Amino acid sequence: MAVAEQGMQGAGGGLALLRRAEPVAIPVLALMAGLGVFGLFLLTQGRSPLAFMTYVWQGGFGSAFSWQNTLSRTAPLLMAALCVALPARLGLVVIGGEGAIVLGGVAAGALALPLATAPGAIGVPLMALAAMAVGGLWIGAAGALRHYRGVNETISSLLLSYIAIALMNHLVEGPLRDPASLNKPSTAPLAEPLRVGDLPGLSVHWGLALGILACLLAWVLIERTTWGFAARIAGGNVRAAQVQGLPVGKLILGFSALGGAFAGLAGYFEVAAVHGSANASLAAGYGYTGILIAFLARHNALAIIPVAILLAGFDASSGLVQRRMDLPDATMQVLQGIVFMAILMSDAAYGRLPFFKTKG
Amino acid sequence: MPAPYLLPRSTLSRRDLLRGTAALGGAAALSALPRPLRAQGDLTVGFLYVGPRDDFGYNQAHALGAAAVKEIPGVIVVEEENVPETNDVQQSMESMINLDGAALLFPTSFGYFDPHILTTAPKYPDVRFQHCGGLWTEGHPANAGSYFGYIGMGQYLNGVAAGHVTKSKKIGFVAAKPIPQVLLNINSFLLGARAVDPSITCQVIFTGEWSLAVKEAEATHALVDAGCDVITCHVDGPKVVVEVASGRGAYVGGYHADQSSLAPELYLTGAEWNWAKVYTDMVTATLNGEPIPNFVRGGLAEGFVKMSPLGPAVPDAGRAQFEAIKAEIEKGGFSVIKGPLKDNQGNVVATEGQAFLETDPVLEGMSYLVDGVLGATS
Repeated sequence: MAVAEQGMQGAGGGLALLRRAEPVAIPVLALMAGLGVFGLFLLTQGRSPLAFMTYVWQGGFGSAFSWQNTLSRTAPLLMAALCVALPARLGLVVIGGEGAIVLGGVAAGALALPLATAPGAIGVPLMALAAMAVGGLWIGAAGALRHYRGVNETISSLLLSYIAIALMNHLVEGPLRDPASLNKPSTAPLAEPLRVGDLPGLSVHWGLALGILACLLAWVLIERTTWGFAARIAGGNVRAAQVQGLPVGKLILGFSALGGAFAGLAGYFEVAAVHGSANASLAAGYGYTGILIAFLARHNALAIIPVAILLAGFDASSGLVQRRMDLPDATMQVLQGIVFMAILMSDAAYGRLPFFKTKG
Repeated sequence: MPAPYLLPRSTLSRRDLLRGTAALGGAAALSALPRPLRAQGDLTVGFLYVGPRDDFGYNQAHALGAAAVKEIPGVIVVEEENVPETNDVQQSMESMINLDGAALLFPTSFGYFDPHILTTAPKYPDVRFQHCGGLWTEGHPANAGSYFGYIGMGQYLNGVAAGHVTKSKKIGFVAAKPIPQVLLNINSFLLGARAVDPSITCQVIFTGEWSLAVKEAEATHALVDAGCDVITCHVDGPKVVVEVASGRGAYVGGYHADQSSLAPELYLTGAEWNWAKVYTDMVTATLNGEPIPNFVRGGLAEGFVKMSPLGPAVPDAGRAQFEAIKAEIEKGGFSVIKGPLKDNQGNVVATEGQAFLETDPVLEGMSYLVDGVLGATS
């Protein structure tokens, strides 16, 4: 009897484990399938998929240097992915994170002169908050358009990001331009106390730690608070949430704005930790890579961390692949595209794979 | 009761999975042992481009330089394209140094210098960073250097060729951003044309981006619609401008690289970078253990810049004047910006007798379009 009970408990644990394994296993399988298809593609180009994987390993994860390379590319991706993942829990597909990153960076750069003499302890948080506020307003606006006017947030956020980039160009080349920046118009350089340095012992800036912290906070918010619970309900069925009296409008605005704030923070770190001033280099496409990461992570804030590291590793190894295999830069984009398609298609597999079916 | 067998099966498969993963990881680690890329004594040179290597423009000009370096015995060239002016370029440079053993780097985009080379160079004192853009000054890392070419004279010669073929007396310029270097090119193009016929005007359209094919095509169409019958440009990849302009029947002046293959009949000439010479010289100096100066610049005379061969559309009179002015420029002492000259707002930019050599630092802060250019800097 005792043995039987133990067996039952063990089986129950196994079932729970299986159920938990499904959302991990399916994206991993999809990733493998994507890599497989990409391998076939490489074969059609007469290149060895094995050599490719070796270089990806070597360039992204194979040594301390490669890890540092990967991690220093991870920071902006974490926050860019949150900008997609948070609204996604409410069923919104926001793809305009790039705009919030760019304007967050401009907001930080604009404060370089007013805060020139401020001590770091005041200036750093002020700049970060300004960047988050602007990013939050920008994506919050897409959420507001959706809630109050019924405008599709996917289209509006994308179009808003073009406006953001145009606005950045105007500000950086016009009113905010440092007259000393002749051939690459930029805002005035940040004073030394306002710059953000590297994590102790690493040559990776603090944005990585803040990015991971942001993911953890977002996970707690979504999975462990009533706000997050309400958001998940609204994401599942808006009507049901409204009938239950949940503040759907506030949730849409709040989650959009929070996502935008994280993207704005990514822009802040680009300015304060990497560039030292705001300029056109802010529009580097992190916002778009963030979309891929959020979908790969199934909008789970915790899963964003490993996925962002994986994608940053692909990115870090891209140079080595180019140099050693004489493949064009677009190779990695082909890989990302194939993986993205595989992940999207794998959505249909949930609850259908016999391995994860609970019989009985 | 199927549950009991599920547990062992899942455990087993998990263990198998782990074992398999470990084996895979081990295999990968073994096969990933750093491959010696260079033989003892060889020099590895790294090139980084901000756009595609085959853009018929800025990046292709550098890639042609890299191709010339490959011909030098004992030199291995590694290249990376589409490297953004962000943290990415710092990582790519470090990757070339750490994984490929590069000892000489040519990060070729203007925006790579500050802060990226300034941040990376001090970490690798044994590596030489040669940046294209002419930004190095005293106080910057000693193992960094900067070089650039005076290409404004090339656009002046483009203008001379244009002046001989235009019938509408109106020529057009597709420009990226209103920064000093671009403004000098626009002004030089018009002044070259006015050396042929002072009634010529030049319309300029700024696209706002270094590489934005759609806007470049729109701008080219708009210029042709406005009556411009010779078009040149300053964008990273002139391919779109050349193809659209020639497709509409307008003559073309090239820029950055030779685009004559895109419009054999209508291509007049072009202002090209001659990085093959510059890079070959610098790499040869490094191989011989000679120092490279931290700051190098040159123009047509020094071989940093060259002109595409004149196309079939340029008439004989035009060829003669083109060659005469080119010879004069190569002699030295030639000025494009000389008085009396006003900007297109009516302000005097050069008084009677005043002349600015191409090396004059005043020109590097250019903020105006000269009289005869239709357009505004903001």
